[in-house]
Amino acid sequence: MKKHFLILVFLLIFLSGCSSQPGAWGWYVIDPTTKGGYNNVMFLLSGFSATIQLSLLAAFFSIILGLVVALPGMSSNYWVRLPSRTYIEFIRAVPLLPMMFWIFYGLPVILKSMGLNIPIDPFWGAVVTLAISDSAFTAEIYRAGIQSIHKGQREAAQTIGLTSFQTMRYVILPQAIKRILPPLANQFIYIVKMSAFASVIGMQELMRRANEVVVSEYRPLEVYTFLIFEYLILVLIISQAVRWLERKMGSDESRG
Amino acid sequence: MTTAIEIKNVSKWFGDFKALDDVSLTTSQGEKVVICGPSGSGKSTLVRCINRLEIHQKGTIKVRGIELTDHDSSVSEIRSEVGMVFQQFNLFPHLTVLQNLTLGPTKALGLSQKDANERAFKLLERVRIPEQANKKPGHLSGGQQQRVAIARSLCMEPKIMLFDEPTSALDPEMISEVLDVIVDLANEGMTMVVVTHEMGFARKVADRMVFMDEGKIIEMGKPKDFFDSPKTERCKLFLNQILQH
Repeated sequence: MKKHFLILVFLLIFLSGCSSQPGAWGWYVIDPTTKGGYNNVMFLLSGFSATIQLSLLAAFFSIILGLVVALPGMSSNYWVRLPSRTYIEFIRAVPLLPMMFWIFYGLPVILKSMGLNIPIDPFWGAVVTLAISDSAFTAEIYRAGIQSIHKGQREAAQTIGLTSFQTMRYVILPQAIKRILPPLANQFIYIVKMSAFASVIGMQELMRRANEVVVSEYRPLEVYTFLIFEYLILVLIISQAVRWLERKMGSDESRG
Repeated sequence: MTTAIEIKNVSKWFGDFKALDDVSLTTSQGEKVVICGPSGSGKSTLVRCINRLEIHQKGTIKVRGIELTDHDSSVSEIRSEVGMVFQQFNLFPHLTVLQNLTLGPTKALGLSQKDANERAFKLLERVRIPEQANKKPGHLSGGQQQRVAIARSLCMEPKIMLFDEPTSALDPEMISEVLDVIVDLANEGMTMVVVTHEMGFARKVADRMVFMDEGKIIEMGKPKDFFDSPKTERCKLFLNQILQH
């Protein structure tokens, strides 16, 4: 907490220093005491709800998709493992931005050719892209967590007659979850930041709103500085939550 | 006497290392076999092959007449008859002692939670720790944990019990409390195969001693003959070393 506080103080000193030079900064664009500034600030802040909704939904689907991908990826059978490993390697290699364009502009064409008339709006296009892109990383987090459980646990479960599904459900996952949750929550920070790309397909989230204010006010420095702080606050809140989670999990695990 | 376990010409490799070299061993129902030998001699591997935690590459293993094959059905059939106790206990740390015992019966045997609890409490009394039922394994001593592990295994009502160095991970003062439980079990007529270095215990319970080295069974015999007049040099040397102190 102290560290975060210091970063904030440092940035504020830096900014106030800059503003003493006439002409460098023009804070009036986001000065809430003026009507125009107030409108701009409210407009910028209203992007939060879309960014948060987008990130939460993408994280939700990524967590499910990641598990679905990770489980066959740990099979001892090569042919069961192969699709999962291929998916992970492929998705990890595709940059987010091209994937977003492909899903938003390209996928409807494929769907149409298949006779499915499913429109993809910017919101769902962004959710799907973020979820898929992130799922490769979540899958690896699951794998690391599950493989960190001692093999004796699996053997013990087998010797008392549990099937491999039951072993996973009652023995492995409940233990692995403690090691999976903190890095998963960390991955959520990544999603929040990557959600800025949704602006390019017209999603009205934090980034897009900032762009629009910049275009109408010609004040990129102030508006993007404000934007950075918006993300900073969001990420600080999440990382605090992650730390709380880690502490809680850690104390629970104290004695085996 | 009916045959319990029939191991015929079994070999197993880990990469280039031959862990089991043409091993044959047949035990009958109710018999207690104790396997000893230096580390790396293949004794644990042999026991683990009996319930297919390791897969043998040559030879045949039959348990109560069922041959171990790649078919899942034969494996699960054999596992339902064979209990196993590990050196490292392998209790489930996220479950209470009682839940550790009832997980198998409720999920694999389909018992109701109530019946499973009843069965579990009987067994906890038998291993003399009913008062620990609602604790997590991490809060128990090593000896208590291993007794819970034995009870967990017995909860499945196995016909054969395998013990893989059940006291090797224990502090010396806890060894006897675990061995006592195993001796009780032996006296009740359970068929068992025990890998151990506890020779006093072996003398007490074994119907037959098996000495292994380098993946082979070197010597086999009644405990009295085995301890008093070992036939092979290697066995003699081994016994001298572990009986010295």
